[in-house]
Amino acid sequence: MTVEHILFFILAAVAVGGAINLILLSHPIHSALALIVVMVALAAIYLLLGAELLAMVQIIVYAGAIMVLFVFIIMLLNAGLEERTSLSRAATWVGLPCGAILTGILAWRMTISGPGPFAPGAEAADASGALSHMLMTSYVFPFELTSILILVAILGAVVLAKRDF
Amino acid sequence: MNETLILVLVSLLKVIVVVIVLLTAVAYMTWFERKVVAHMQSRWGPERVGPYGLMQPLCDGAKFLFKEDPTPEGVDRTVFFLAPFLALSLAMSSIAVMPLGPGQINIFGYHTWFSVAEVDLSLLVVFAVTALSVYGVALAGWASNSKYPLLGGIRSSAQMLSYELSLTMSVVGIVLVTNTFSLRHIVESQRGGLLHWFFAPQILGFVCFLISAVAETNRSPFDLVEAEQELVGGFHTEYASFKFAMFFMAEYAAMVTASLMISVLFLGGYLSPFPETPAFAWTFYLPTAAAVIGGVTLLISGLRYRTAVGRVVLPVIALVLIGIGVLCALPPVTPWIQGPFWLISKVFFFLFLYVWLRGTLPRIRYDQLMQFGWKFLLPLSLANVLLTSLWVAMK
Repeated sequence: MTVEHILFFILAAVAVGGAINLILLSHPIHSALALIVVMVALAAIYLLLGAELLAMVQIIVYAGAIMVLFVFIIMLLNAGLEERTSLSRAATWVGLPCGAILTGILAWRMTISGPGPFAPGAEAADASGALSHMLMTSYVFPFELTSILILVAILGAVVLAKRDF
Repeated sequence: MNETLILVLVSLLKVIVVVIVLLTAVAYMTWFERKVVAHMQSRWGPERVGPYGLMQPLCDGAKFLFKEDPTPEGVDRTVFFLAPFLALSLAMSSIAVMPLGPGQINIFGYHTWFSVAEVDLSLLVVFAVTALSVYGVALAGWASNSKYPLLGGIRSSAQMLSYELSLTMSVVGIVLVTNTFSLRHIVESQRGGLLHWFFAPQILGFVCFLISAVAETNRSPFDLVEAEQELVGGFHTEYASFKFAMFFMAEYAAMVTASLMISVLFLGGYLSPFPETPAFAWTFYLPTAAAVIGGVTLLISGLRYRTAVGRVVLPVIALVLIGIGVLCALPPVTPWIQGPFWLISKVFFFLFLYVWLRGTLPRIRYDQLMQFGWKFLLPLSLANVLLTSLWVAMK
């Protein structure tokens, strides 16, 4: 039981706890805060795996920008408490058993198979440098295309929110 | 004792020292700001509470502890209590990855880097903490269940988000030149004296970062969101006593962090402005000279102070200062004190700049502020990135 194991279990518990809270809490802001906890726990797990750049980018982009957007929207929409209703019959008889079976299958497959092959450059001393190099050479086309996709989304938002003069 | 235990103990020691220094700095920043702004306005500032008003932060702290702490009706209790904790803990976190001195130091025989934590991506850690600190403000404004805080909170977080962009973009130029995200490597690339520091070659980035840092910490002239004349108190209106003190401390801690960042990124961090040739070996005694001169000045003015208490306390403080100066001249201490001394001087200069800006410039209106951030600073920082990449490509 090394320190990494203990840390992993603590972080995994925090992440799963945050995810469960996300679904079960009744106020949207509380759910958003739970999601932020999940994001930060995931970033810490990436750090445990040695993916430092990914961990930092996860916090800066996901927890620091995307979730702020979520929180802003929920604040400005003035969403109130969720109404509690009992689970629908479809959820109780089909959903929950299927969810449990899926989780069981996933856990079984993950325990009997070992870790997958590491991507090239993952063992490098300068992992962020290797990642950036790959991003700008082998994967430059999807990278730039994703940037244009985000630009299109921004333009769409601006057009939709424009005042009609 | 096994390695892990020693590591934990040494880290704990470093954390305790740095946190104590940071909290004292934050407390006495309040005194410093009040005194400096007062003298800029031709008045005295705190004078009565102790000699030169030096007990003022302690009395303010005691006041905050004893004041009534009301929780308004209809607030979201969890978030109301969470927001100041979030703000303060995040504001105090970034100092952990800052390089405080060159190379490694020897704590009780254990070699460790001269910072609380040495991370390869320390620049990104600071940006991550800056990104998360928007939550403290936004959630505080929302949880207060009242008009002024909500408006102040939303405006303040929008301001922080907008200036975060130019803040991070103005540093990209430095990352392009030094090829690293590690703050320690960025400082080491500036070795060689004043002329090697990055504030001159990266002047655009420097100016951009300076302005964005002032806006990011919600300080004058960008403090419309917490100005009394506008929004009563902005996002911290409904907070009293200790929770308000936490927001207050978080703001000053963010100022200290921003000053540290500017010093580390553009002014060479813990490096001395003099070149490291033998001709300049006398500069090793500048910390001693500064402490002794300060001590003697305080001694003279202390002996002539108007109250009896002052005439005793101030000379004692002055003698302690002179003692520290003499200590810094001793051979085992002199090389070790150089790095922190220069770092503290630069941080002090930028803290003074912050207070100077507050005492001098008028407030900027919110729409002017947002326009300035998006239409001027962001294109300027992008231009800096462009020019720097052209220069790096042509090398």
